Amino acid sequence: MKAVRVIEGRAVPLERADVDTDQIIPSDWLKRVERTGFGRGLFSEWRDDPSFVLNDARYAGATVLVAGPRFGTGSSREHAVWALMDYGFGAVIAPSFGDIFRNNSSKQGLVIAQLDATDVEELVALIKDDPSRLVVVDVERMQVEVPASGWSRPFALEAMTRERLLNGWDDIGLTLRHEGEITSYETRTSAPTLEGIFDDAGHVVAH
Amino acid sequence: MAARTLYEKIWDEHLVAAPEGESAIMYVDLHLVHEVTSPQAFDGLRLGGRGVRRPDRTLATADHNVPTDPLSVPVKDPVSRRQLEALEENCEEFGITVFPRGHENQGIVHVIGPELGVTQPGMTIVCGDSHTSTHGAFAALAFGIGTSEVEHVLATQTLPQQRAKTMAVVVEGPAPEGVSAKDIVLAIVATLGTGGGAGYVVEYRGQAIRDLSMEGRMTLCNMSIEAGARAGLVAVDETTIEYLRGRPGVASGDEFERAAARWREFVSDDDAVFDQTVTLDAADLAPYITWGTNPAQVVALDGVVPDPADFSDPDVASTTQRSLTYMGLAPGTPIKEIPVDVVFIGSCTNSRIEDLRAAAGVARGHHVAPTVRALVVPGSHRVKRQAEEEGLDQVFLAAGFEWREPGCSMCLGMNPDQLTPGQRSASTSNRNFEGRQGRGGRTHLVSPVVAAATAILGRFATSDEVSS
Repeated sequence: MKAVRVIEGRAVPLERADVDTDQIIPSDWLKRVERTGFGRGLFSEWRDDPSFVLNDARYAGATVLVAGPRFGTGSSREHAVWALMDYGFGAVIAPSFGDIFRNNSSKQGLVIAQLDATDVEELVALIKDDPSRLVVVDVERMQVEVPASGWSRPFALEAMTRERLLNGWDDIGLTLRHEGEITSYETRTSAPTLEGIFDDAGHVVAH
Repeated sequence: MAARTLYEKIWDEHLVAAPEGESAIMYVDLHLVHEVTSPQAFDGLRLGGRGVRRPDRTLATADHNVPTDPLSVPVKDPVSRRQLEALEENCEEFGITVFPRGHENQGIVHVIGPELGVTQPGMTIVCGDSHTSTHGAFAALAFGIGTSEVEHVLATQTLPQQRAKTMAVVVEGPAPEGVSAKDIVLAIVATLGTGGGAGYVVEYRGQAIRDLSMEGRMTLCNMSIEAGARAGLVAVDETTIEYLRGRPGVASGDEFERAAARWREFVSDDDAVFDQTVTLDAADLAPYITWGTNPAQVVALDGVVPDPADFSDPDVASTTQRSLTYMGLAPGTPIKEIPVDVVFIGSCTNSRIEDLRAAAGVARGHHVAPTVRALVVPGSHRVKRQAEEEGLDQVFLAAGFEWREPGCSMCLGMNPDQLTPGQRSASTSNRNFEGRQGRGGRTHLVSPVVAAATAILGRFATSDEVSS
């Protein structure tokens, strides 16, 4: 993943609660074997509606999505993160997030900034008042800012997630620094494997 | 050693390393793989020049995309077909056992793990699917992961993890007659809300839980994620052990007894402390249905469609209004007066043999209403064969239900089994999200017996309304 220090740009307010990952990217898009090109599917069932906020020209080119509580609940599909990033978003701000979505975002470098509901409401009001106002999501300082309004709020990031975002570290590489410990664990675990249960064609071998 | 919860026992046993200032590294005993969330992970391995560390801890099946037409009909959608082929190619390349469409062991990933006996107590199990929580019914720590994590597990057989908080959900007393595991879990999701379980591993406890069969416990744990919890657990008891006895993946004879003795340790200690406890009285429970567009929007079958004006919180009122508009429902409408177009009996929530027996018990001797299309999609080929041996297929067919090949099917409509815009379904699946079963489709989540009764009467109904 690429290192990310600051996401800066216009923000678009998605004033809905419980936006699940089926809404972010409908299942029809999950048949693809590629990792790119999902931006066209982002919120695709809502984008037909001309009044949907992503169709509002004032928010064109936004890089920050401001959403309602429990954003990204439901299905584990990482395609939701791929779709948001492919569309151009680098950060999502909301009062709460689905656990798996939050994890998936951290693996891809999509910045998740959780703010109190009242702070999110203030931010939405600022954006709607003037959609051209830049919003800054600073990973290093863990701050969301609207510089033109002198508005800023801190957000929490797990220390390791912050380091990984700032350095663009690959999770697998990080874990494999502990390969010796994995091998050692494998010599002492008694958890059964699949060995001997199935033949080469996947049929159950008689006991 | 201090008293520990079941979760803490499994966590402690799977800790590979806990490096200072980093996430702990947790070992994964079993990695289940399906066609939708794995192709990009296998590509990642190839790009990184990495292999699959433990093919002997990795098992794959086709489920999400497979059509439920007769096996002689080819997969018509070229994009689906390509994804199904990619799963087989990837498993071949990396030496992973795979059950493609039509294989005798093929089925929904959360149905086949338990029925093959490869899901066992005390294990850590992951899969690129949020309903992996299902396997928690066996006191296995099981949760859904994204594709980057699928790649990580393929490469390292571990995951970086934060220790979760623990929640006990206690359902006290025996469940009333006619209340199924699905009704219990709908009540729990309604109580916790869609985000109430976030950050927690939930352990289900109490008499109503202990009384459940393994199939019922799987239904319960399956929907943990709908309350935001990544994992749900039920402690091992003799019900767990008797379910596993004789399954292909477990030992036999003395070796089984030794395994069972170890499994019996996977319970919370008596004085273990949970971070949070939520208690429900089973006597208060009834058959339930969802009325809205998230699984916490639940009402009793005997109830009415809620009125946004009943909610003092303006956010809840507006969410309610939005859901009702999508669902095409008017406040105050009695649930049992709402007609349905499609009934779906299937999914990783309710497609096991016990679910099919329960639904067939209601359908026997009746006929599906002329206005309704009703599908029964067994969870696996093993379930399908067993149901056919018991004659359940003939009961369904005689009653006018379709008897189809196994797969995820209309739960998420990745295959041709979909609702058309405006169609209303009674579905035994787990998610009533907008468009989940097809663009513009309106999904109501129910138990298998409610689904069967609804198919027969053409409107939402409880099983006692269908004479036996």
